[in-house]
Amino acid sequence: MAKKVALLQGNEASAYGALYAGCRFFGGYPITPSTEVAEVMAVELPKVGGKFIQMEDEIGAMASILGASLTGAKVLTASSGPGMSLKQELIGYACIAEIPCVIVNVMRGGPSTGMPTGPSQSDIMQARWGTHGDHPTIALVPASCQEIFTETVRAFNLAEIYRMPVQVLLDEINGHMRERIELPEPGELEVLDRAAPSVPPEQYLPFDPSVGDVPPLAAFGSGYRFHVTGLNKAPDGFPTTRAELVDAEERRQLRKIEAARDLIEKNEEYLLDDAEVAVIAFGTISRSARHAVNALREQGIKAGLFRPITLWPFPERRVAELAKQVKGMLVPEMNLGQLVLEVERVVKGACSVSSLTRVDGEPITPDQIMEQIREVC
Amino acid sequence: MSRRYELRFSGAGGQGLITAGIILAEAAAIIENQYAVQSQSYGPEARGGASKSEVIVSDGPIDYPKATLVDACLALTQEAADKYSDTIKSGGLLLVDEDFVKAPPQGDFKVVRLPIINTAKNDLGRAIVANVVALGAMVALTGVVRRESGEEAVLRKVPAAFAELNKKAYNAGYDRVKALLG
Repeated sequence: MAKKVALLQGNEASAYGALYAGCRFFGGYPITPSTEVAEVMAVELPKVGGKFIQMEDEIGAMASILGASLTGAKVLTASSGPGMSLKQELIGYACIAEIPCVIVNVMRGGPSTGMPTGPSQSDIMQARWGTHGDHPTIALVPASCQEIFTETVRAFNLAEIYRMPVQVLLDEINGHMRERIELPEPGELEVLDRAAPSVPPEQYLPFDPSVGDVPPLAAFGSGYRFHVTGLNKAPDGFPTTRAELVDAEERRQLRKIEAARDLIEKNEEYLLDDAEVAVIAFGTISRSARHAVNALREQGIKAGLFRPITLWPFPERRVAELAKQVKGMLVPEMNLGQLVLEVERVVKGACSVSSLTRVDGEPITPDQIMEQIREVC
Repeated sequence: MSRRYELRFSGAGGQGLITAGIILAEAAAIIENQYAVQSQSYGPEARGGASKSEVIVSDGPIDYPKATLVDACLALTQEAADKYSDTIKSGGLLLVDEDFVKAPPQGDFKVVRLPIINTAKNDLGRAIVANVVALGAMVALTGVVRRESGEEAVLRKVPAAFAELNKKAYNAGYDRVKALLG
């Protein structure tokens, strides 16, 4: 049978990916350039028995998906710029209470209202550190409309399996651009669900470390009752200040991601085998980089592309290995130099690291990347 | 390297240029199974302001999704012609509305003048289909998709009640170019 194909925007692809993954609740508040995610969910969710709610603001939207997730639903919200700033407090709540949820952030210029119709990649450190306190982070950065679909499905899987918020970072360009997508049939992509408790309600502890680093989450309404709080808590979910419990809890939450790096990290390596210079780029700008790498290769310059698809946790080990192979790395990004800090941190001086930044509302072009690489080489 | 063909539809916000780009991308990517990417940029205002939509068509996967050197550019307003014609490829094409772009920019490209908006207004009775007239003209000028593919994509996009009007608009644009170029 011929594959179902469609010309879809990245934002639309993200919404259809969420539906494919089994998302049945969307709480949101429209904001450019993310609004199409909400528009598709508003049309499609009622058809599959799901619920769409436009809340009073982004804080309420984030709160609504946490409540819905606690009933067992797979949940999504989408926002941008100042909307993402408002969501940060409740993203922290999702981290500490370990509530699975997916957040699509279609990045635009900032800070504050910034440039609503301009593309940006300036929220990558916000995705890592935007909410206060130590916490694990998973953020995915797909580049094409097809990949936005599949990575949104993967975001749901990761949220459910690791019981935490997962962000999908797009930008105004790949959120709004349209490409041909082959829509996977049900069963074609892996769809994972959160683990259910294996003990009866009277024995259930929502944060029981003895069952592993990701304790099963019971659904409200299924007979299990437990306490949910933003305070540090004991295994039974009630607040505690006992030093050893707080310490163990915080370390477990980071460990659940650190220990699973191999399962979470995902990169694409392009023409790196014999590369002397590596471009480290993600999302829309990785497409400029690929164009530049191809053109440079034709001119005899041994360039390659390393493209994180999982941005957080950052692929530290692989980038460190690469730094021993190449003479230099170039990090082009639509912000004033955020990812380059992470690259420098893991490269530790093993090769030169050069930064290329742009924040005028236009993408970094292949020409800009080629020019800077020629200077480095 | 794959063959990359770049088109730009430009004018004022509200003229339907993003829709024209989407229809062309649909014709190329879905109907003809070519590779295509459609993107756009516009100001925050819903109407007015310079607006552009770009479509890249290729026989292989497309990396950079925006135009680099444009093979064919449409401009429905003087502002858009002045702002967006600077990256037309040497030997490329610029299609302008002859009534609204009084002073087409000069460069190493061919300028084609057509009364696009007035064709929609006077011949078809609806200025709103100027974008579809323009689409038909761009398809005729560039041959980037087949005539029938463009028409089919138009019909897929518009509501049934407006199918006939849009079909006429598309073919009016196509035929006007063919008549002009002989």
